[in-house]
Amino acid sequence: MTTTKKLNLKQKYQYLTRDLDWEPSYQKKSDIFPLEEFEGIKITDWSKWEDPFRLTMDAYWKYQAEKEKKLYAIFDAFAQNNGHQNISDARYVNSLKLFLGGVSPLEYAAFQGYAKVGRHFSGAGARVACQMQSIDELRHSQTQQHAMSHYNKHFNGLHDSPYMHDRVWFLSVPKSFFDDARSAGPFEFLTAISFSFEYVLTNLLFVPFMSGAAYNGDMATVTFGFSAQSDEARHMTLGLEIIKFLLEQHEDNVPIVQQWIDKWFWRGFRLLSLVGMMMDYMLPNKVMSWAEAWEMYYEKNGGALFKDLARYGIRPPKYEADANAAKNHISHQIWTTFYQYGHATNFHTWIPTAEEMDWMSEKYPETFDKYYRPRYEHLAKLADQGKRYYNNTLPQLCQVCQVPALFTETDDPTMLSHRQLEHEGERYHFCSDGCCDIFKNEPEKYVQAWLPVHQIYQGNCGGAELPKVLSDYYHINIGEDNFEYVGSPDQKRWFEIKGIKPAKSKDAA
Amino acid sequence: MTIEIKTDSVQPIRHTYSHIARRFGDKPATRYQEASFDIAATTNFHYRPLWDAEHELNDVNLSAVKMKDWYEITDPRQFYYGAYVGNRAKMQEGAETSYGFCEKRGLLKRLDERVQTSILKYLVPFRHMNQAANMNNSSIASEAVGATAAQPHIFQAMDHLGMGQYLSRIALMIDGNTGSALDISKNYWMNDPIWQPLRKLAEDSMVVRDWFELTVLQNLLIDKAIFAFAYEALDDWFAQQGAEDISMLTEFMRDWNKDPLRWVTAVVKTAAAESDSNREAIQSWVDKWEPEIFAALKPLAMQTTGIEALENVHAQLAKTLQKAGLQTKGFPA
Repeated sequence: MTTTKKLNLKQKYQYLTRDLDWEPSYQKKSDIFPLEEFEGIKITDWSKWEDPFRLTMDAYWKYQAEKEKKLYAIFDAFAQNNGHQNISDARYVNSLKLFLGGVSPLEYAAFQGYAKVGRHFSGAGARVACQMQSIDELRHSQTQQHAMSHYNKHFNGLHDSPYMHDRVWFLSVPKSFFDDARSAGPFEFLTAISFSFEYVLTNLLFVPFMSGAAYNGDMATVTFGFSAQSDEARHMTLGLEIIKFLLEQHEDNVPIVQQWIDKWFWRGFRLLSLVGMMMDYMLPNKVMSWAEAWEMYYEKNGGALFKDLARYGIRPPKYEADANAAKNHISHQIWTTFYQYGHATNFHTWIPTAEEMDWMSEKYPETFDKYYRPRYEHLAKLADQGKRYYNNTLPQLCQVCQVPALFTETDDPTMLSHRQLEHEGERYHFCSDGCCDIFKNEPEKYVQAWLPVHQIYQGNCGGAELPKVLSDYYHINIGEDNFEYVGSPDQKRWFEIKGIKPAKSKDAA
Repeated sequence: MTIEIKTDSVQPIRHTYSHIARRFGDKPATRYQEASFDIAATTNFHYRPLWDAEHELNDVNLSAVKMKDWYEITDPRQFYYGAYVGNRAKMQEGAETSYGFCEKRGLLKRLDERVQTSILKYLVPFRHMNQAANMNNSSIASEAVGATAAQPHIFQAMDHLGMGQYLSRIALMIDGNTGSALDISKNYWMNDPIWQPLRKLAEDSMVVRDWFELTVLQNLLIDKAIFAFAYEALDDWFAQQGAEDISMLTEFMRDWNKDPLRWVTAVVKTAAAESDSNREAIQSWVDKWEPEIFAALKPLAMQTTGIEALENVHAQLAKTLQKAGLQTKGFPA
């Protein structure tokens, strides 16, 4: 054979991926790849795509199999040794209920979404990267089921997560987020999920849950987290590559991408308000405050990133300043919302302990004592009188993010930042200017939303009475999964576990 | 004598997730079950896809094949992610040994140029068929409703990428890692008349809209025919040409081919058994594509194994179809 120059690593990987591809001549390229043009994105040359990582399949199988082997050995040991008894406190498990109901189904949706874009980009390099992410997401979806499996056997509220994800009112916040991305075109999907979510905001979703597990003695979850770290590193590089690629391909792409960045920053930020609550309230041993996490991972790291992207003509996301200011409020605002609707959730709520409230005073010096501590003092008084507060009137939901319209004006934390507008004779309500703008750009999309509160009122959720909705339509076991933590079956079991220690010694003797 | 360590067993409140218990009862479930059943979203989708106004996300109407319960379709291999990568990691280890051995001993470099050219002309271009299979299966994984039906398709997609990479490495071994042999091989795929019917078939498969038709076409018909031809019939022919060493490098493909046979047959069989209309739809796809596949392999067989080899390939496919409850049109004369 003729010998020419030996291939370097980059060229060799391209031969093992892109060179499998060819220019079709029996079918039109636009029929094979019909989704590439309607978003307005212009791709002049797919060969300019830089592979975000270079893994051939044999290496993928090998490294992933090694990770899985270690992970499942630890899951087995955790279950055999009843590792659920080693967590800090049973209140912690409520963060897992939120995770399994809110996050794990998104992993499965991501598997589907990446399989789709992994078929539909006409650049073979990008397809392979997306397919590997697709199968990684399937992994995350499944290992999370397995990691939580043992907790499900010993605690309430984890037993029907994918079912609840499709139906329960607050789970339409994560569900509609991913439905929005998957119903969008392939380039928006990647900007939304790979860039905004997996790159910009991942440290505010993944890290709080996994570090929370580490700080609270949950070996199963933290082991999953460690095992998924190298997957996540690949996913982040894909996120950065797609954005740079789109921006470099054509100047007309810049405003389109900017609008997506604005939209998905705000939708991501709204989704993360659930995580903020989890970090500040559901972790008995605190990792860091939501405000600190936001400062470090968004204001500092995100700030540097957007400075870097300025050379492409990209500015930081719109309403970024509002998000930055809200860091001192949202976890408290969300927790008291869930507290009063705790009869309609698959997890428990409670009043923070005195020590926890002192921690919050320290972490939120400008806001906690002024606005939020008095709430807990009042709620504690009611609970002491046997009148634990539940709100029996369903809330106004935001048409876009679907969180109850509970957020406040940036310059006035006592005033709800409610917005409304009329579209084709109908009235729509929003939690903020950010969500209102997203609606204005694509009203025909958001008018379709399946808003849980509206659907209950329309009689589409199994009954006219809330208890029927909860038990029959949501599969929430009333008196087990829902209501206050104090007096719950979880709390009783936890006290029993701690009460029978040290373990009975008759067998060991 | 056995030694038994006493452990403290704790009474659980339930043995598995409710969605698993509804199917299998409240008893400890397998890893495959907890990973695969009822984890996909099924209802209350918020927005219609911008790219398909006719359908919803996760829409059961994307195929003419209908199931009362898509989770009737299961994988007899019980592959969830961890079981899948564990199995493939072992297979690639075997392949690595063979590739290392061939490379070290220069077994392909030593072949005479005529035989090397045959490898580049008749074997290596099948990597492009792997590419089509990779894309088709990625598409099916995104559209199949029910995780037990969707997940084997993403495994299948990645398997084909891996096999395309193994075939590519055969060429790289021949050209000493320069890529020149891959360029030569791809030129046959693009321009040599013997490959054009197969290339057309691959491109035609990429525009098939019904995902179940696509899995029947790709995973049952094309794969069964191609693997029996390329890695059995053609393998024998290469041995007669003095290139028996190539066999070591396609062992992965032969092992692999036994594996999807089990789940693909199960998928098609279960769907066909569900209703007459399913069986008729699937049979109509078999009727439509089967002759095209054999016609497409013909020029290649005529220059290599001889046309009789295809009859054997056909007999194997007919047996598979029969197992799935389907008819063959017979070997096209």
